[in-house]
Amino acid sequence: MSSLWPQLENILAKVEKPARYIGCEDGAQTPEHGPHKVAWLLTYPDTYEIGLPNQGLQILYEILNERHDAVAERAYAPWGDLEALMRQRNIPFFSVDTHRPAFEFDIIAFNLAAELVYTNVLNCIDLAGVPVRAVERRPEHPLIAAGGHCTFNPEPLADFLDFVVLGDGEEVVSEITEVVSDWKSGGRTEGSRAQVLRSLATIPGVYVPSLYEATFEAGLLVAVTPKYSDVPAKVEKRTIADLADWPYPKRRLVPLTEVVHDRLNVEVFRGCTRGCRFCQAGMITRPVRERPADQVREMIRDGLRQTGYDEVALTSLSTADFSGIEKVVSDTFDDSMGCGRVSVSLPSLRVDAFTVGLAAQLQRARRTGLTFAPEAGSWRLRQVINKLIREDDLYGAIEGAFSQGWRRAKLYFLTGLPTETDQDTLGIAELARNCVEVGRRHNRSASITVSLGGFVPKAQTPFQWFGQNTSEELQRKISLLRDDLRRDKSVQLKWHDPKATLAEGLVSRGDRRMGPVIEQVWRNGGIFQEWSEHFRLDVWTDAMAAHGMSVDDVAHRHRTEDEVLPWDHLSAGLHKDFLWQDWRAALEEVGLEDCRWTPCYDCGACTGYSIEHVVASATPPAGGSQGTGQDLARGGVVPVSIISRPAVKAST
Amino acid sequence: MKVRLRFTKTGKVRFTSHRDVARMWERALRRADLPVAYSEGFSPRPKLSFGLALSTGHESMAEYLDVELSVKPESPDVVPIDVTEFPGLLSPLLPLGIDVVTAAKVEPGTPSLQESVSSCQWRIEAIGFDVSTTQQLVTAALAADELLVTRTRKGREVTDDLRPAIRSVSVVGPTGAGVELEAELDVHPRSVRPAELLSAVFPNGVEEGRVWRLAQWIWSDGARVEPLVVAASPDATLPPHALERV
Repeated sequence: MSSLWPQLENILAKVEKPARYIGCEDGAQTPEHGPHKVAWLLTYPDTYEIGLPNQGLQILYEILNERHDAVAERAYAPWGDLEALMRQRNIPFFSVDTHRPAFEFDIIAFNLAAELVYTNVLNCIDLAGVPVRAVERRPEHPLIAAGGHCTFNPEPLADFLDFVVLGDGEEVVSEITEVVSDWKSGGRTEGSRAQVLRSLATIPGVYVPSLYEATFEAGLLVAVTPKYSDVPAKVEKRTIADLADWPYPKRRLVPLTEVVHDRLNVEVFRGCTRGCRFCQAGMITRPVRERPADQVREMIRDGLRQTGYDEVALTSLSTADFSGIEKVVSDTFDDSMGCGRVSVSLPSLRVDAFTVGLAAQLQRARRTGLTFAPEAGSWRLRQVINKLIREDDLYGAIEGAFSQGWRRAKLYFLTGLPTETDQDTLGIAELARNCVEVGRRHNRSASITVSLGGFVPKAQTPFQWFGQNTSEELQRKISLLRDDLRRDKSVQLKWHDPKATLAEGLVSRGDRRMGPVIEQVWRNGGIFQEWSEHFRLDVWTDAMAAHGMSVDDVAHRHRTEDEVLPWDHLSAGLHKDFLWQDWRAALEEVGLEDCRWTPCYDCGACTGYSIEHVVASATPPAGGSQGTGQDLARGGVVPVSIISRPAVKAST
Repeated sequence: MKVRLRFTKTGKVRFTSHRDVARMWERALRRADLPVAYSEGFSPRPKLSFGLALSTGHESMAEYLDVELSVKPESPDVVPIDVTEFPGLLSPLLPLGIDVVTAAKVEPGTPSLQESVSSCQWRIEAIGFDVSTTQQLVTAALAADELLVTRTRKGREVTDDLRPAIRSVSVVGPTGAGVELEAELDVHPRSVRPAELLSAVFPNGVEEGRVWRLAQWIWSDGARVEPLVVAASPDATLPPHALERV
């Protein structure tokens, strides 16, 4: 079918920020569709400016378009003004590359990076002209898929998704393409939809919710079991063994209009074994796989030349842990001297790995914002959550930064953590004030911003059994801190709306019974729920009540050891008993070391998949206590052999 | 050394904003590895100066940009910069629809684009009107002593007389959805927007269709010239006294 552009261009002049809908980015592909090509519509269910920088989507977009049997385009959720005009004029959900209707694709694949976008997923499916419930779809409808971190508990979306991908997508998208290609060449006949889903379920890492039965007894989930013997009882995530094999994105998408993280993003490693117990990303992406420093350097150099950006972000879950980070940063400046001024930002910094040397390197160009995440206000609570950084580590990092010319820094904390007391909460204020004091030695106008988020327990983490704090309790803690900091002009406090934290909790650990609730929230206009101007908790609580669901039960109840969790049939490689032991250790305020530099404690991620950490350095990053409270790491060699990178494959 | 570039903004890229275009230029100039001069200070920015902003959604055949390059023209140890190569060098580094048409060195002391441009030539589509009705409305508007338009400025209603700012307006012909006008509108003391012209010509309101900026003019001595002349610019007029001198 022809492009929807002629219809769209008449209405784009009437909407806010129309550049988000035109495509035309530098690095955009020229997709050529054909009867023998599986067409993927990679969709980020939030606005263009949030979705465009998503690296996972960019990587798959490129990998799929390199295949001769696939073609991929991108789509983003339209803002309300455009959606209203689209519905009024019967313009369906469309791709931004060639402005093709979404229903002409074979697969509409959603990237789920945050739970509050779930209602947007339903809205996009509906705007595409596809039935929102999977059971009502027919052979002519596209397959609706999802990937991304939230898929480690996809059960709240089970009614709406045809299939779900767990873990790294680089390899599995090709296997999916082959299965769907057969379905397409077979003519997508009546009844064939069930068959293609059945075939997809045999691909490792692919979960087809409709092929599983969820059983409830007395209001409790007791089992999620496959309906057929060829469907796996447990779906294991996919993991690529070596990031060096996947130097993507190669052709970067450079947006024509403003987006978040508008800079050259280079992923330096994937996975994290720091073991922060609240952190889902760190748990589900193990093991650690570092990109070789030479490849990082090459990707930065080529990326800058290709894009014209003047800022590079080295991304990972804890970038200061990257082996030889100082050298990579200094090489970036040295290499880029020809292309003007380049600044480097390190978005995820551990204070115990942030050194004066690193600060000195970073300030060679424009100083980017510095954010550290102590997460909790006392050493006791940081042991509970296993964020094992000492106060001295934090002050050392602040000292390092402010001595190199920074004047402000942002500190990120969580509230509502397990065992948290008011003393812990007030400890946040004390830390912030002390940081200001340290900063004042170098600059009279030193200031600290404290950003406070409400803790939401996530699936596949040691805290998955913890009952979330109520929004009233979170609000009380925020107020406590706000009152304590009221007279400190050098400390600014920002916090996340506890009501949105509650809604996030409902969908994070809910089971399939949350499906109708999400559908009702969407039908009642609850989209763009992560945007404060659109979020309304009452739409959620009304929908919960309408379906006989208890907010307390889903969000605030502590789970028991023997309870079946909605995601028990899905695996990120972590043994459930490891997670339980780690949860007990948390309650006993016992920390756990980083297994990159200490012996393996068998969480399951490496052993289960026969893969290993890929870490270039046998010693932890300079400085810092590495979490033990002992002086484990100060320059010493840790008594463990670090596995070298896997042997290069003969074919490459 | 200052270089003036003339470029177009047509097609899909018309939906980007003036700021977006500035960022596209910054990236393109870095990719071209041109020695762009940077401002001093805490957050150095490349020294680019654009002329009049073009509204998001409007197209243009005549946008201008002055770029300050950090080279001394007579310095012997640098490869001389050939500005005639700029269009071929830069157009491929810019999005589809942004085409560099021409470039030239700007002599020191030349007034900035902001200072020198006095009017813009516009092609404006009015939706839902036919040629003869529009012709009558245009004739009536031109005959009026004043054309008052009201706009909101800093939260207050301001009424202006648009008539002196309209140098010319005429009907070009029909389009699929309405009629096209061509108008030359002053940019001083303030830049008159095409929508304001439409509200002056169509007192009962009209929907604005596509809009193109065809030219930016510098008026002096009763004649108009473009800030940068593309080969032959047939619409430019000769100064009356130049004709007299022949």
